Amino acid sequence: MAALPPPGAGAVSEAKPFPAWSLPRDAAATIDLANPLPERVDRDWAIGGSTGAGVRVCILDSGVERGHPLVGELAGAVAITVDEDGETIAAEDTEGDLCGHGTACAGVVRALAPDAEIFSVRVLGAGFKGSGRTLVAGLRWAVDQGFDVVNMSLSTTKRELGDILHELADSAYFRRTMLVASAHNMPVESYPWRFSSVVSVGSHEEDDPLVFYANPDPPVEFFARGVDVEVAWIGGGSIRATGNSFATPAITGIAALVLGKHPGLTPFQVKTVLYLIASNVGG
Amino acid sequence: MADERLQAAVAAAVLPAEEDFGELLRSIVVVARAIFGAQASSIFLLDEDTDELVFAAVARDEDRHLVGRRIPSSQGVAGWVLSARTPLVLEDVRNDPRFSHDVAENTGYVPKGLMAVPLLHDDEPLGVLQVLDRPERSTFSLAEMELLGLFATQAAVALSLLRKARRARAALAGDADATSVAAVAERLERLEGPRREAGRRLLEALARVLR
Repeated sequence: MAALPPPGAGAVSEAKPFPAWSLPRDAAATIDLANPLPERVDRDWAIGGSTGAGVRVCILDSGVERGHPLVGELAGAVAITVDEDGETIAAEDTEGDLCGHGTACAGVVRALAPDAEIFSVRVLGAGFKGSGRTLVAGLRWAVDQGFDVVNMSLSTTKRELGDILHELADSAYFRRTMLVASAHNMPVESYPWRFSSVVSVGSHEEDDPLVFYANPDPPVEFFARGVDVEVAWIGGGSIRATGNSFATPAITGIAALVLGKHPGLTPFQVKTVLYLIASNVGG
Repeated sequence: MADERLQAAVAAAVLPAEEDFGELLRSIVVVARAIFGAQASSIFLLDEDTDELVFAAVARDEDRHLVGRRIPSSQGVAGWVLSARTPLVLEDVRNDPRFSHDVAENTGYVPKGLMAVPLLHDDEPLGVLQVLDRPERSTFSLAEMELLGLFATQAAVALSLLRKARRARAALAGDADATSVAAVAERLERLEGPRREAGRRLLEALARVLR
């Protein structure tokens, strides 16, 4: 596996004229906002003409089938395993997708953001045992790579992993890696979608992949197309599928469009833009 | 410690039998199949020791031979659903050659469409509920997804009880004292009226003799 390129635009500036935790009198003018949002944010400003070019999207899932016509070329693919000493091993993934689900998610992103770079990080498919640990290891690896957006159409219910995932989600948030995670539609506690530092997604029943709704009642923040979606599946074909799993990459794809046009926005800003262009707000 | 062990023995003795849980699980898949108008429905139980999914209940009589059959948890949609803790509804799965092959090999029945939902109780992954081949409609609805979630919650509680009962019995196995106490508690539990009262008095007398 070739080394992944360094994080793209939007690196946090190094030298600050004042300490990070306080602001002296008269210093406000020295704050460099870098990428301020305009007074009016609409869909044309946010995503008009964007193809997601230059945006690095990670699909943390069951792998992605290489060369699938609905997915196209992958920018990279690794399989994550955790050895007996707890060390994370990220090896080039030659097996592709072990289930179909990761390919489906990648296809949804590709359809919305045709020029985004899609990386597959396989954390599932090798059996149930160790799936929680592998998920955490894969997310940590993805955050270390500085991906712009990480799609997580999966979750874990293991409470002991919840705290670690929470730290990772916060770390990603401050390092400008946006985590987009599927909400659970059953009354169970699962992570990381419940954390406020991620973008959580549920489903609506409409057919337009660009229609999405902001939800003011947490923990689900956005509803996107997730019912009877034609998705890519292993074997080069497609199937119709329903689940928050497929609504999540729709928001990932739209976030990639926003970042393609406005590189360097923070996850906080992207979430704000998503809210402002949601179909029930300003979109 | 001994008290705890014997208390567990008594508790295990009055637990419903394995068959009762089997009936409960079966009733859940029978109702799920009927409500969705589906061709088949089944529940898999996760065996964490072997990392396999075991058929625990099926809705159709002709599928009864599947109960007890095992598939690796790495295989197919059911395994994925459990690992990812997320429900899925798939149509046209016959387009997926690997899926069709795996499922046909294991069950002899290849569905056209399936709904699969993980069974979770607290933070414990317990198994998977599947509903196969609901009638073709133009679109699946979120209301059906909610319904699937409700069945999953019910099935998860049943599986959780089954697992606890199995663990309690496993803890008793090989423990002669506990097994004896459990056997007596079980018999007493089955008695009614005056016979039960007489049984209880007899046990109290026995306790005095053994003092």
